[in-house]
Amino acid sequence: MLYAILCYDDEAAVSAWSEDEDAAVMQRLGVVQEKLERQKRLGPVARLVPTTAAVTLRKREDPIVLDGPFAETKEQLLGFYVVDCETMNDAIDVAKELAIATPGVGSYEIRSVRFFNGKGAPG
Amino acid sequence: MSDLGWVDTALIAARPQAVAALLRYFRDLDTAEESFQNAALRALRTWPQAGPPRDPAAWLIMVGRNAGIDQVRKTQRLTALDDERAVSDTGDAEAAAAERLDDSQYRDDILRLLFVCCHPELPATQQIALALRIVCGLSVGQIAKAFLVSESAMEQRITRAKARIAKAEVPFEAPGAAERAERAGAVASAIYLMFNEGYSAAAADAERRAPLSLEAIRLARLLLRLFPAEPELMGLAALLLLQHARIAARFDADGNAVLLENQDRSRWNGALIAEGLALIDKSMRHRRPGPYQVQAAIAALHVRSPSAAETDWAEIELLYRALERLQPSPVVTLNRAVAAWKVSGAEAALALIVPLEGPLAGYFYFHGMRGALLAALGRAGEARDAYMRAISLAGSAAEAAHIRSQLDSLSAPAKVG
Repeated sequence: MLYAILCYDDEAAVSAWSEDEDAAVMQRLGVVQEKLERQKRLGPVARLVPTTAAVTLRKREDPIVLDGPFAETKEQLLGFYVVDCETMNDAIDVAKELAIATPGVGSYEIRSVRFFNGKGAPG
Repeated sequence: MSDLGWVDTALIAARPQAVAALLRYFRDLDTAEESFQNAALRALRTWPQAGPPRDPAAWLIMVGRNAGIDQVRKTQRLTALDDERAVSDTGDAEAAAAERLDDSQYRDDILRLLFVCCHPELPATQQIALALRIVCGLSVGQIAKAFLVSESAMEQRITRAKARIAKAEVPFEAPGAAERAERAGAVASAIYLMFNEGYSAAAADAERRAPLSLEAIRLARLLLRLFPAEPELMGLAALLLLQHARIAARFDADGNAVLLENQDRSRWNGALIAEGLALIDKSMRHRRPGPYQVQAAIAALHVRSPSAAETDWAEIELLYRALERLQPSPVVTLNRAVAAWKVSGAEAALALIVPLEGPLAGYFYFHGMRGALLAALGRAGEARDAYMRAISLAGSAAEAAHIRSQLDSLSAPAKVG
């Protein structure tokens, strides 16, 4: 069985870490990742850039792009993609294709990836 | 991070919002700052045992407000402020969730705090010092170190700035839309100046001045959170991130500046680049270009190019043209000439900078560039003169050394007269 583990924290607090503190946290996380990797249990790992750099595609007949992260408490996270794109516009185009392929309302939050560790993954 | 590192981090993160709300209550920077310090001291005592409050900023605002009221009462027996509520010392201030500010109040509070610190009546250096002290929470000693001045000189500078602010009488009502935009613009330019104070440092000072760039990036992100759909603020944040991403590659082991085209791209910071590129991409979707966006777009082209040789100079030249229209300045034209040299050759670039001779007569980079163009055109004698002029204007030993190496690579000058 595969499990996705989603990481939540206060972005303002995380971005208040000094570079050294950030590096130390990443190093400690790396130890956990290495152990899982040795056990061949680790899939892709991604760390995202701050939400200030996010856009959200709102699904409608003609999908609209909003600045900022997803902020709709009535909807739940159902899944995610990691796609290699040249620019954010390309990523938005991919999200539009996904939007067209699924019925109903909903949103796609588009975030740039700052750290990626994934075997056989794009990029 | 030490076990209690989270307390410090939470205090740093909550500081702008908490100090901003306290400034609204007390309408006085010193009182706001002192009451925040009191609240922070109490947090250091109680949080390690009690654990983090659910909303650290709300906790600090409540505790700080009560500390401030006590202080004010002691000194001038002020009548109670509206909506006063007692809070127990035991740290259950977060129970007062009613105190949570709605988003627009939060935005106006922080914007006011930023604007007070970056008030247009203050000289730029005082704006930056005040913002670092009050908003970012750096100590006077840390700020003095970054500005390469003594602690007492910095203390004086901050005191003078506060006195001037007290006289300037910033209005405390919620600002209108036009005023809000104006304040955001003033704050953005102060953040840009703060960044450049750190970024333009010579190698020997780079480490001491780095906090200026880092805090400017933090403030740019903060401002963007207040105005998430403002493309120029995305552009500002993108510009700072993309510039700062190259910091590790900007000096060689001897402290000499490494030109962009010679930098080791593997030493650029990928995390900052990812964030900066996402921001410039999303800003350009608004089709409302401005100077920060154009400069960030230029930085983005450099960063996106796999190697210096593959840089899209034609596009960069077009962007500098756009920047000239938005923000005409001889320095921008000089930068356009660098791109024009790559695209259309040295002759065309030289023609572009000839009219700059007057306005940039005392500018090191103008003469360095002019020397390089003349050298490329085989006019070694004139190139030598231009280089000599540049050396006389060099702001640092490294700048002078760089031009001297250019001089050395010139062939022997044609005999004149």
